Amino acid sequence: MNFQKSRVLPGFGLAMGLTLTYLCLIVLFPLAALVLKTSALSWGQFVQEVASPRVMASYRLTFGASFVAALCNSVFGAVLAWVLVRYDFPGRQVVDALIDLPFALPTAVAGITLTAIYAPNGVIGKLFAPLGISIAYTPLGITLALIFIGLPFVVRTLQPVLESLDPEMEKAAVSLGATRWYTVTRVVLPSLLPAWITGFSLAFARAVGEYGSVVFISGNMPMKTEITPLIIITKLEQYDYAGATAVGLVMLVISFCLLLTINWVQEHMGRYRAH
Amino acid sequence: MSIEVKNLNKTFNGFKAVQNISLKLESGSLVALLGPSGSGKSTLLRMIAGLEIPDTGEILLTGREATHVSAKERNVGFVFQHYALFKHMTVFENIAFGLRVRKQSEKQIRDRVHELLSLIQLSGLDKRYPSQLSGGQRQRVAVARALAPRPGVLLLDEPFGALDAKVREELREWILRLHEESHVTTLFVTHDQNEALEVASRILIMNNGKIEQDGTPIEIFDHPATHFIAQFVGETNYIDTEVTEKGLAVWGPFRFSIDPKFAPHQKIRIYFRPHDVYVTESFETLQVKARIKKTRFKGTVIEYLLDIGEDKSIFAQVPKGVALASGFKENQDVYAAITAYHVFPL
Repeated sequence: MNFQKSRVLPGFGLAMGLTLTYLCLIVLFPLAALVLKTSALSWGQFVQEVASPRVMASYRLTFGASFVAALCNSVFGAVLAWVLVRYDFPGRQVVDALIDLPFALPTAVAGITLTAIYAPNGVIGKLFAPLGISIAYTPLGITLALIFIGLPFVVRTLQPVLESLDPEMEKAAVSLGATRWYTVTRVVLPSLLPAWITGFSLAFARAVGEYGSVVFISGNMPMKTEITPLIIITKLEQYDYAGATAVGLVMLVISFCLLLTINWVQEHMGRYRAH
Repeated sequence: MSIEVKNLNKTFNGFKAVQNISLKLESGSLVALLGPSGSGKSTLLRMIAGLEIPDTGEILLTGREATHVSAKERNVGFVFQHYALFKHMTVFENIAFGLRVRKQSEKQIRDRVHELLSLIQLSGLDKRYPSQLSGGQRQRVAVARALAPRPGVLLLDEPFGALDAKVREELREWILRLHEESHVTTLFVTHDQNEALEVASRILIMNNGKIEQDGTPIEIFDHPATHFIAQFVGETNYIDTEVTEKGLAVWGPFRFSIDPKFAPHQKIRIYFRPHDVYVTESFETLQVKARIKKTRFKGTVIEYLLDIGEDKSIFAQVPKGVALASGFKENQDVYAAITAYHVFPL
């Protein structure tokens, strides 16, 4: 890129400078500090910190539950977005407002509420307890909490895309002889795919980093229901700052790689949108 | 496939979009549905395609009742003004869509798509996405997509409306050739009279949800059936006057012989086209004196505003060659006659 080249519309220098400064202050400096703190550990210590069986189990749980939750949200979030965009029904605006609640609610409040409901003596937990299914204090409960906090991401990314979807495209499909099912699966859903993936990755990223709503419902049993963010907090409480940042760093790298992959996939599929 | 429509009605929130329309198109014809925006022409087209449901009336395709047949079973190809191509599919997949729906074999699909690609002169662009094509190319792909399943009828809704003038002209030629080759019954909606006059062998003119005239381009142009058509199709002068005596109307120095059915003193409006005003330097029979007040260059013709006295003026158009040879200029005295006109009661 040639920064010296004159442009028709001025403001590139200012905008770019501001962007870089902002990104550095808000994102890069804290991350650099994370790396710096971790570098206090030797390689052997680092591996020991981040690859102990208890930490490994927490990675599996965190990323696994987050993945399932994001997947769940992708399906039901899409249905919700579809209903909100395509149908007009009494109370539509209330439902629309409800979607944003997980954004606004303090996560701890959400966690306590979910625990109260899904605990074996809770309103919903009571129904499942006789069947031998416990929801709270299991990975199932954790996934539920993560679904709760991730829902708005999918709905809110899909909604504007669905709204701007050309209805003529569907009419064209019908006039070419397509059934409704064929039209939805071959025309509508593929058009939504790029936005859908964005919604999925946002919900996933949010779930990976979630702490407040999960710690109450998870029960925090080592090796079983202990999520990685909790491990980090535990280490911090024991003044093991280097250990905490080491685990944080690993999480960060995994998340970054996953998001990068998702973006790459999206770029390749979304080829037709650019140009 | 022939199209027949009987007493079709459609109302949107109290607005009568289509009012009691009946028409019949022979198989293999190329017909234009011309009218200003809001005249109901698109609604009529969409009802024939099954994309809009009529309130009352009947639609017959090849003589068979189709009013309640769903759009996907009508075997009608529809081309939208804004293409409505599938953005996430390549040109190939767009054209193949109707064939895949019909579960044709891969080979059949490939052969048919390539046949159509060469027909629309876009061979080699099959792997492009719609966003990588120009407007004219996109519309051609949309036509190919509609033609792929071999529909009995091709309906085009303002197909060239979103394109620039040069591309429109090319596509007009192209659609004519396409029709000559495929002979599929074609009905296209347009608000561009030149498009309708040039392409169609028959024109239906719609206004306020009704068909005002149904005829060949020449009939429409030379024998407008109503006030609306006289004003809407082609450029025209009009003058309001009254019948002087049986069979005669006088306006300024001009004398018009008119149908004796008009009663004396009846109010009438006389329409005549600027190119039907015959202008010369020296007097010939039946001409009146006029003075050129303004000239305006319009490409192939030159237009003059003629002052004919008594505070009256008319527009005349003279072919450029004739005008230049005669050397007409502003404030020159000339002679003029009106050679063709149409009279409507007011």
